[in-house]
Formats: sequence, structure tokens, C-alpha cells
Amino acid sequence: MAKGDPGVPTRGRRAAPRSKQAASAAAGDPELVQLLTAEGERIESATGPDGTEYRVDFTDEEYRGLYRDLVLVRKLDAEATALQRQGELGLWASLLGQEAAQVGSGRALRTQDMAFPTYREHGVLYCRGIDPIMPLGLFRGVDQGGWDPNEFKFNMYTIVIGAQTLHATGYAMGVAIDGKTGTDDGEAVIAYFGDGATSQGDVNEAFVWASVFNAPLVFFCQNNQYAISEPLERQTRVPLYRRAGGYGFPGVRVDGNDVLATYAVTRHALDNARLGQGPSLIEAYTYRMGAHTTSDDPTRYRIASEVEAWQAKDPIARMKAFLTKQQIADESFFTEIDEQARTESVHLRERVLNMPNPEPVTMFDHVYPHGSPELDVQRAQFTKYMESFEGSAH
Amino acid sequence: MSRIKEFNLPDLGEGLTEGEILAWLVKVGDVIELNQPIVEVETAKAAVEIPAKWAGQVRAIFHPEGTTVEVGTPIISIDTDPGAGPIEESTTGAPADALPTPSAASLAAVEIAPEEGMVEPGLIGGAAPGGRTAVLVGYGPRTTAAKRRPRKAGVPAQATAAPAAPVQAAPAAPVQAAPAPVAPAPVVAPVSPAPAVNGNRPAGGAVLAKPPVRRLARDLGVDLGTLTGSGPLGSITREDVQRAASGATAAAEPLTVAAPVPAVASFGADREQRIPVKGVRKLTAENMSRSAFTAPHVTEFLTVDVTRAMKALDRLRTRREWRDVRVSPLLLVAKAVLLAAKRYPMVNSTWAGDEIVVKDYVNLGIAAATERGLIVPNIKDAGRLSLRELADAMTELVQTAKTGKTSPANMSGGTFTITNVGVFGVDTGTPILPPGESAILAFGAVREMPWVHKGKVKPRLVTTLGLSFDHRIIDGELGSKFLRDVGDFLADPEAALLAWT
Ligand SMILES: Cc1ncc(C[n+]2csc(CCOP(=O)(O)OP(=O)(O)O)c2C)c(N)n1
Ligand SMILES: [Mg+2]
Repeated sequence: MAKGDPGVPTRGRRAAPRSKQAASAAAGDPELVQLLTAEGERIESATGPDGTEYRVDFTDEEYRGLYRDLVLVRKLDAEATALQRQGELGLWASLLGQEAAQVGSGRALRTQDMAFPTYREHGVLYCRGIDPIMPLGLFRGVDQGGWDPNEFKFNMYTIVIGAQTLHATGYAMGVAIDGKTGTDDGEAVIAYFGDGATSQGDVNEAFVWASVFNAPLVFFCQNNQYAISEPLERQTRVPLYRRAGGYGFPGVRVDGNDVLATYAVTRHALDNARLGQGPSLIEAYTYRMGAHTTSDDPTRYRIASEVEAWQAKDPIARMKAFLTKQQIADESFFTEIDEQARTESVHLRERVLNMPNPEPVTMFDHVYPHGSPELDVQRAQFTKYMESFEGSAH
Repeated sequence: MSRIKEFNLPDLGEGLTEGEILAWLVKVGDVIELNQPIVEVETAKAAVEIPAKWAGQVRAIFHPEGTTVEVGTPIISIDTDPGAGPIEESTTGAPADALPTPSAASLAAVEIAPEEGMVEPGLIGGAAPGGRTAVLVGYGPRTTAAKRRPRKAGVPAQATAAPAAPVQAAPAAPVQAAPAPVAPAPVVAPVSPAPAVNGNRPAGGAVLAKPPVRRLARDLGVDLGTLTGSGPLGSITREDVQRAASGATAAAEPLTVAAPVPAVASFGADREQRIPVKGVRKLTAENMSRSAFTAPHVTEFLTVDVTRAMKALDRLRTRREWRDVRVSPLLLVAKAVLLAAKRYPMVNSTWAGDEIVVKDYVNLGIAAATERGLIVPNIKDAGRLSLRELADAMTELVQTAKTGKTSPANMSGGTFTITNVGVFGVDTGTPILPPGESAILAFGAVREMPWVHKGKVKPRLVTTLGLSFDHRIIDGELGSKFLRDVGDFLADPEAALLAWT
């Protein structure tokens, strides 16, 4: 199981510090499953729209582990943004604000589960145990992503909006056909996508196929309120999670800035899938605090007060407040984590700056698994061409 | 590694060629940290802050604020080891306090690649204007001189095309004296003859200009077709447009890094000054005469006691959630117009010849006097905004207009306009309709005046509203009712709100 996976039963479990009967979660918003308020108050349990009760039961160590994940993921992301501004990456899609949605769901995955990301899932990638430098190579243009999707059970980043939901559906159908569902240690698949993607034909097709073939798939929609500059009201008239009903599977909206609730909801949905109970949709309600990508200027289409309102719901601040109040962590712990994040980001920077440019001829390497005669001819021609320059190795 | 490092303006957004230095956040001598924001740069896509790539001390800043800098050009140099003692002249080429110039080495690296002339500009993989390589979207990074390696002897210099392309049985490359083709090295004859570049303009071709330059030209009302480009392949540069807009002669002056010089008022011997009509002035003139002589205008006036409204504003200002919001009387006027327009939608319409287009949305224009002249940016679908959102949108609109950054999109599509002539201290006016709109409201100064209030003459805060409307669409009755509603709201906003919403 992944390092720091808080799903492992361990000794010394801490009961939820506040024993509040929360029939439904977040005050004022009956639709939202929440276990940790923006102020850092713990809610013992929360009930989803279909009556499912969600709760988590973590050890202190696990709580601290989640906090560390959140901080590291944010810091590494900020470093990548800086590197783009300094001309070292061509582009970067920041996850700022969406850390809890990604860490909560990423840590809920079991080792055997397969994930299909978009281009923003650096936090999930981190939770899968992949070297965080991998997406930087992609956006630096020196490789195509570089990790082995089968080894880490994390597919390549997908830029074509929504396409990965179909890939995930096909994969999940395969898992079912292979008979790998139906038991506690069955396999489940998760597909990440955004609010904007829900308007794509691909995503709607994936909903239909996953539903009628009862695929072991969790559709995980990070509703960060924008598709580049298009606000949510240009995508939907109903809360996104309710779309699931029309396709015939359950949907739930979770506070995507609450790492605990996101973990609980995702774990539950994955377990249902692995037990053969079919797909479900999770809408992680969150906010993209930064620009869509480094090429974008959000001040042109949204007002500062909106950003400020979400700032108050920051996923890390509320976790810190909770850890402090419950004396699960103290100042020295927070300082240590900040220091660790700083060291790791400096390390990341150095490695990025030293990433070698690939030899041009390597572009032929991964076109086909076993090459092709036509490709061999092209490679030979190209090699000759490169050798025609002075100072070339040959 | 050298101690002094120069930072080149990177391509900040997938294929951009230049950026404007908006503001320096550091100055020469400052000690800075890694990733500390050093400069704000605006590109065609976004205004962004650039974080420092190295910690150290700022040694030189090469471009002042307001300059447009090509991607790849050094903008700042940083001493990465300021504690190591003074720097010898020879290591930098210039003392820190002299007029800073980037080192020769880094300038060489941004030199424009030799014009190939053999590959059609803009073809994918081919050389594009400015020595860039055309990629699928936009233009990619420069093919810098420094990156080009010389070919080994006996290899045709033009073999730049994609290697996978079939070897063409084309006539030998014409410029090659003895082009013994090195088979099977892919040699491709020129795809097409070089476009005729006669110094300035491609023969017969369309005008060459980058999208941001086109946009600038549109903003400034400059017709690209009338300009002679000074850029690569005769393309029109930002400076060409700015020069045309500022009225300077087209004769090439040396480009300076300073901000464009504004046209200076100068009287000749005849004590007359001739100002070319162009840019915003020209646009304004065209719009105003078109509107004045096509739409039959009627103007009505209404004087209102706004004392209660001003008190309501004060109460608003003291509320916690409104503390940091700019609240002005104009906000209430805007609200009044939006509410009244809901009650009388015909006021928010366009005369389109054989039909009248009535709009369900109000794109509320606010006339603003700027350095560039009169502009009328509008708030899109303002009727859907809460009062707070409206206040924020108005503040933003004004600030953007002040900094001259209003985008063309924000100036088009207006459906109803308010002109706040009161800020100039006058009572009212007979405004002319922006083309395509059917009504415009002038909001005069709010003054303390003797007014009959509850049967007694009292000093009250009073203002005069002037409403001009298109008499083809709006009859006197409708215009009056609308104006009356606006007035009623301003006389007693709370009561109007309760009554209407
Ligand atoms: C099929 C397709 N259409 C358009 C685009 C351009 N595009 C890139 S990101 C994006 C918005 C996606 O928004 P959302 O699904 O909400 O994800 P977010 O970026 O907010 O995480 C669009 C339209 C694309 N990449 N693919
Ligand atoms: Mg989105």
C-alpha cells in the first residue's frame, strides 16, 4: 500500500474529536458531504444523498501524513509555475486550491486500482508514488510523460478534454471481463475530469457505457468552477453530481477542499466498484485558485471577491487549524513540513534545470513497440541527416 | 558558471513573441531571493509576474517600464554571488551604474536567424518572420543563430526540410554551385521560391503583422494597410503602429526604448496647429456624426432630490461586507437604470432597419474620459449582477480604462450608456447616442440646493438627469416613464426596491 496510506488499519485510532450528530453535512448546504469545516471543525459523520453514511477514522500519524501530502503537493506545484515563468517549462497547469480533492482521492486508491488523469492531476500522481519530476519533463518538452502507466497504475496525462473517461470505461469493462471484481480485493478504476469536461460528448458516452456495462469505475469530477474562462453556469443547470441519476448510477457532491470527506467518499465509491456494484459519480466541489494554465489571465474573467471567498475555504489552512486544535501537531511539526517542502522543491528545480535534452533521433523510439520497416528507414535517413552537421558525434 | 547571470524574457505563453514590461518590482542594488517576483510583464495573453530565477543582487535592468521586449532578450542581470567582492569590468562589459546593456554574448544568442528565404514563411518547420519556427499553434521559439550548427562541407546548406519527406526528383537547388547531393541524406529542393521581399512589403501579399500588433492597431484606430512595415519581411511592428498613432512621421526614426512620445502641441508661424484626425478621435467623430444624423434624438430632463439616496449610500459604506468597496452615486444611478430597463425593455433596444431588436440583457456602458480620449467600456449583462457585483465591476471598469487596458471586446456590444458629466461639475447635457443604442442617460453634479421638502424650503442634495433617446423607437411617453422611474429610484431607493422587485 502506498506510503502514508491512511486507509491502513493501525493501532491507536483516534475517534473523531467532536461527536456531532450530523445527519447531513455542511451547515447551510445540505448537498455537500463534509467532515472538516472551513474553520477546521471535525464533523463526525455525514450522510450522502442516497443515505450512505461517510466517516473517517484516522490515526494521528495518518492525519499528519495527509497534511504533509497537501503541503508538499502545493509547494512542488508552485515551483513548477515559477519554472515556467522563468522559461524552463513551456506550460504548466497549476492545481492550486485543488490539493484536497487530489490528495483525498489519490490516497483513497488501493495499489491495484487504476487511475486516468487529466493534465492537472499532479497531486494524484504524487500519491501514486510517481516521481513528481515526471510531468515537468512533459511540459518542458523533453519527453512524453515518462512514467510507466502499468507499473504505477496511473495513465498518461490526457489533454483532450474528457477523452480519458472513455479510456477508463474501456479499461474498467476489461477489468470486469477479466473477473477481477466482486471481492474485497477486487480492482477499481477512477477517471478524473473537470466541470467543463461534463459538456463533452465523450464524457456522456462514458457515463452511458459504464452504466449499462456496470463497469467498476468512479467518475471523479473536480468541479473547480471554471473551464478556462467559462463559468460553471455555462456547463449545467443542475448540480453536476445529479447528472448521474439520469444515467442510472449514484452521484454525490463532496467538499473538495476537505481532504477527509473526499477520502471517505472516494474510498466508498471505489469499494462499491471493486465489489461489482458498478460506477458512480463524485463531484468534488472546489475552486481553481490560480490561472487555468500559465498562458491564462483569470483577472480578465473573474472578480477578486470571488477568489477571496474561496481563499477562506483553503484546504490546507483548515487541516492545519484542525491539527492544532486537536493537538495532533504543533508548530515544530508545521515548520518541519515547510522545510521539507522547501528542500524538495529546490531539489526538483535543480533536477529540472539539469534535464538533458533528448537526442532528436529518440523520437522514433516509442512509435511502435517493436518498430516497423518504414520507421527504420526514416530513422536511418534522419540519423544520416543529423550526422551531416559539423561537430556531430559521427 | 559565471557569477553574473542575465535573464532573458521567456515565452510566457505558448508561442508568444514579445511582452511589455509593465512594472519593475525590484531595482538595481536590491538583494533578491530565488523566486521573488521581480517584474510584471504583459503579453497578448496575460499580465504575469516573473519570479527571480536566481538569488543575488540586481546588477542592471535593461528595459524601462512601458517597453515592449522581444522574447529571448535579456531584461535583467543578477549578481548571483554579491558577497564575493567587486566585479572586474571585463566580466560584464559595463559598470553597474552606466547605461546598462546586455552582454555581447547574450545578445548574440537572440540574434535573428539569417533569413532563409528558401522556405516559405509560416510553413510548419519553416522559418517564420522574425527567425522563428512555425509550429502547429502560433510560432515556436526562435531558431537562434547560436543554436544553428554549421553543416559539414559538401552538404547543401538549404536542406532544412523535414527528413522524412521523400527525396524529390527536383532540379538541383539553384543556388548551389555543385550540389552533389549526398544520397540518401534527404535533400529537398526549395518548396517554393522565396517571397519577393523588396525591403518593405511582400509583393501583392496581405499585410503582415502579428496578432497583438493587429489588436493594437485596432485599439488605436490605425489602418494597417496604410503603414510601411519595418519588421522582418516587411511586417508591421508594434512601434510602426504606435508611431502612426502618435502622429509621428513614418520616416524611420531610430527606435528608442522610451515610451512613445505623445504628440506635442506646437503652433506654426500662422499661429494655428494642425492635428491629424486619427485614433480614438477619429472613431469618436465617426460614431458621433453617424449617430447624430441617423437617429432622431429627443432629450428630456428631470431634477431629483437625491438626499435619501446619498444617505442610503452612506449606510451601505458602513456595512462590514461593503467596507472595501468603492461606492459612488453612479452606482445607484446604474442600479436605477437597470431596474427601470427591466420595467421598460424597449429602452434597451437597437434600430435595425426593418426591425427593432429588443434585448433581454443590458450591457451597461459607462462613458470614461481617458488619456486616449473618450471610451465607453460596458459591463456585460449588468442586469444579472447583484449590487455588490455591480460595484466591483464598475470599479474594475474604471481602473482598466484609466490604465488604458480596456479591451475592444469590453467596448463593443453596449446596449445602454450612462455618461457621468457631473464629475466635471456641470448640471446636465444632451448626450448623443452611441451607435446601435436607443437611450443614454446623463448624470449631472449632485449639489446642495434650496428645495421644497415637506412643505418647507430646505437645503437638499439635488441632481439633474438628462435622457436622450432614439425617437424612432421610443415615444415621449415611454421615454418619460423610464426617466421618471430612474428619478423615483434615486429619490427613494429603498421604497423603489420594495415596490419593484
Ligand atoms: C476536446 C478538447 N476541446 C478543447 C480543449 C481546450 N481546452 C483545454 S482545457 C479546457 C477546459 C477544461 O475545463 P475543465 O474540464 O473544467 O477542466 P479544468 O481545466 O478546469 O481542470 C479546454 C476547453 C481541449 N484540450 N480538448
Ligand atoms: Mg474546471
